[in-house]
Amino acid sequence: MANIEIDAPSTSQLLIGNEAIARGALEAGIGFAAAYPGTPSSEILGSLAQVADKLGIYAEWSVNEKVAMEAAAGASFAGIRALAAMKQNGVNVVSDFLANLVMSGIGEAGLVLISCDDPSAISSSNEQDTRPVAKWLGIPLVEPGSFQEAKDMTKWLFDLAEEIGTICMLRSVTRIAHARGNVRLGELPKRPKKARFDQVHDARNVLPTRLMPIPSALRHGLLHLKLGKAKEKFESSPFNQYVGPDKADLLVITCGSCWLYSQDAVKALELEDKVGILKLGTLWPLPEQLVEQHLDRSQKILFVEEIDPFLERSVMELVANLPADSPRPVFYGKRSGHLNAYGELNPDTVIKAIASIMGVAYQPRDSEYGKKAEDSTKGHVPERSITFCAGCPHRATFWAIKNALKLDGRDGLVTGDIGCYSMALGPAGFFQARTMHCMGGGVGVANGLGKLGQFGFDQPVLAVVGDSTFYHAAIPALINGIYNQSDFILVILDNNATAMTGFQPHPGTGTTAMGKPAKVVSMEALCRSLGARVEVRDPFDLKGTTAMLLEMVAEGGGAKVAIMRRECELVRGRKEKPPYKVHVDPDKCIGDACGCDRLCTRVFLCPGLIWDKKAGKAKIDEVICTGCGVCADICPQGAIIKEAA
Amino acid sequence: MMNAGLRKDPLNLIITGVGGQGNVTISLVIGNALVSEGYLVTIGETYGASQRGGPVMSHVRISKETQYSPFIPEGRADIILGMEPVETLRMLRQFGNPDVLTIINPRPIYSIDVTGGQAEYPDMDELMETVKQLSAKVWTINATEEAQRMGSPMFANAILIGALVGSGVLPLDKRSLDPVLREAFPKEVEANMAAFHKGVELVRQ
Repeated sequence: MANIEIDAPSTSQLLIGNEAIARGALEAGIGFAAAYPGTPSSEILGSLAQVADKLGIYAEWSVNEKVAMEAAAGASFAGIRALAAMKQNGVNVVSDFLANLVMSGIGEAGLVLISCDDPSAISSSNEQDTRPVAKWLGIPLVEPGSFQEAKDMTKWLFDLAEEIGTICMLRSVTRIAHARGNVRLGELPKRPKKARFDQVHDARNVLPTRLMPIPSALRHGLLHLKLGKAKEKFESSPFNQYVGPDKADLLVITCGSCWLYSQDAVKALELEDKVGILKLGTLWPLPEQLVEQHLDRSQKILFVEEIDPFLERSVMELVANLPADSPRPVFYGKRSGHLNAYGELNPDTVIKAIASIMGVAYQPRDSEYGKKAEDSTKGHVPERSITFCAGCPHRATFWAIKNALKLDGRDGLVTGDIGCYSMALGPAGFFQARTMHCMGGGVGVANGLGKLGQFGFDQPVLAVVGDSTFYHAAIPALINGIYNQSDFILVILDNNATAMTGFQPHPGTGTTAMGKPAKVVSMEALCRSLGARVEVRDPFDLKGTTAMLLEMVAEGGGAKVAIMRRECELVRGRKEKPPYKVHVDPDKCIGDACGCDRLCTRVFLCPGLIWDKKAGKAKIDEVICTGCGVCADICPQGAIIKEAA
Repeated sequence: MMNAGLRKDPLNLIITGVGGQGNVTISLVIGNALVSEGYLVTIGETYGASQRGGPVMSHVRISKETQYSPFIPEGRADIILGMEPVETLRMLRQFGNPDVLTIINPRPIYSIDVTGGQAEYPDMDELMETVKQLSAKVWTINATEEAQRMGSPMFANAILIGALVGSGVLPLDKRSLDPVLREAFPKEVEANMAAFHKGVELVRQ
């Protein structure tokens, strides 16, 4: 991550959108930041935590997004500017608190929610647009269209939140959050002021004010006044801008990274003098007067935005309310089918949409070359499915689960969850997981399955969660299972890190976001205190793990916990040398003649194990192999040899 | 060609490979060097779920005029730096054109689809021939092999950065890389600097 505290105003730095947001927060004089990791949002808190100590601010990885948002609100209540950052799913987790916070209002200091959406769900379980959340709950919403704006908007949003007294939201998407671009830095302010939760009296100076949503109708009315004020500010915001001819053949209305795609597309089509682009940075409440001024630039309007037709519907609503004799433009976008209401966009999808509306042809490259490129690569570009890393403890755990459930023979099943181990739905985890929804969702589902005995259900149920997910969302479901005697095993894959999002610490790791030591909240002590049977195993002991799981599923009788403990290989590999040197003995490996049907390369699927086609035998790829030695225990011929390195 | 400014605006560079190989590191080094030379640079990366083992690509867009989007349109790559042969071909298929310049590390990394028998890794001679046919010019740099000779496959990143800069396809002088390389490889700085110079030397042979 880039150093975001460089005191070099006006210099240009290459920052990812998340770092730009973090820098914007620093320039706004933020004192408190909290988040739960989630791609594509994680680097916001990550980069703030790196510099927090030096700048005298506080940053934490909270146990989940709801606590992060509530903690940030606490800071705002005591006069410290604060932010909470999360991916789209986190916004769902936070929504109950937000729905009350918008009624109570914030403290004296600005409070900002950063939501990073992941169109196409590149690193997510689901695809979801969080812009409608802002409208649903009543939160002023902005979206940066460049890396520079990511910084500048964040800074400005704290001023806005303070001025109108409500939480404000910035939505970003993967291609801003995780893309990199030039950002011109501003000044860093002095350290934050002293925190104090002041007694403030109401207007009549009779009753002390209380931060609460009641009386609700009254406060809801007040919220509408605040949103009206936000709309007024938005009408003249420099984050909304139009570039193009006075009268255009086509007006593109866009926001976020789609602004960059729209500019690319118009340039690629050489339509700069025919197509105008209105970029909105302040999305909701819609700056209606501003939009109205641009509506008569063209008879045709195309909305370029990712996931939901959010601007499209808002503008349609506006047009429906215009006087009857107002011109009615033709709208293009999701409704017309020119762009999809799912999946991320890119310059090519926007080029196609504009070319089709404008009736112009577009040729991406020399057609003869295009044909040659298609023909000559046909069948020569094999798929590259994702899998667990070489040496990953999860591969060993799912190998043991697979074998234990097979030996048990009752078609036992795994409910999956969110993390690297979501790959257990596919070949990486031997297709063991059969469900996957939200953080902790698999444990709740297991609760239900584990109570179906009276309906003749006899399949063993294993709910799999990671260590960070356990602390985030699995504990209430475990308590429920123990108290209601649901028959399932909670398998915690404890690799001592929030691995998928970049190894952030959590309450089980013993360090905080700012790198300070902390007392570990022991997952086994916690589970035992709830009354559960708890077993801890190293999954690299394939035999012992399999036997233990088999015995636990056979025992039945209420919720139990199996902790699979081994550090993430990517973390271990940075600190230590490989434990083993592994090779395949070509005399012992009998290849296709073996009854194993290439168990190692066809089923176990560690990327460090490859198939030497010419020799017809397995082989180790020494560049990929991390020397964990687990594969030596799966070869029926004993042909994979591990020697202490 | 060296440091003669942009021969095209925007100049579109793709860095491709397999998750874990060091795509992001290379794009960051090149990007930082270009920003310090006054260019507007946008980099789009695929990572996250494809952090390890999946195909990864970085789109680097270099301009003097404007901040481009983080996606190169289809068929519009000017330079492809391929850290893995099949991934190089995958990029040529989608983003190649008659003028594209290709730098390729010919060391394959087999996917689980290939290892598991659901897909076939192409014959290397045929693959390299296709890469030649689809590129205006190809530099073959045995980066992994050289890096292993230097003590660790991790040095392949610095070798490939050296090859990219040494080829003269970017408006970068090898001296301008010095500070960014030292920042990007804080561990084993000297070995990585040596690897960088090895890459410069290999591409000029």
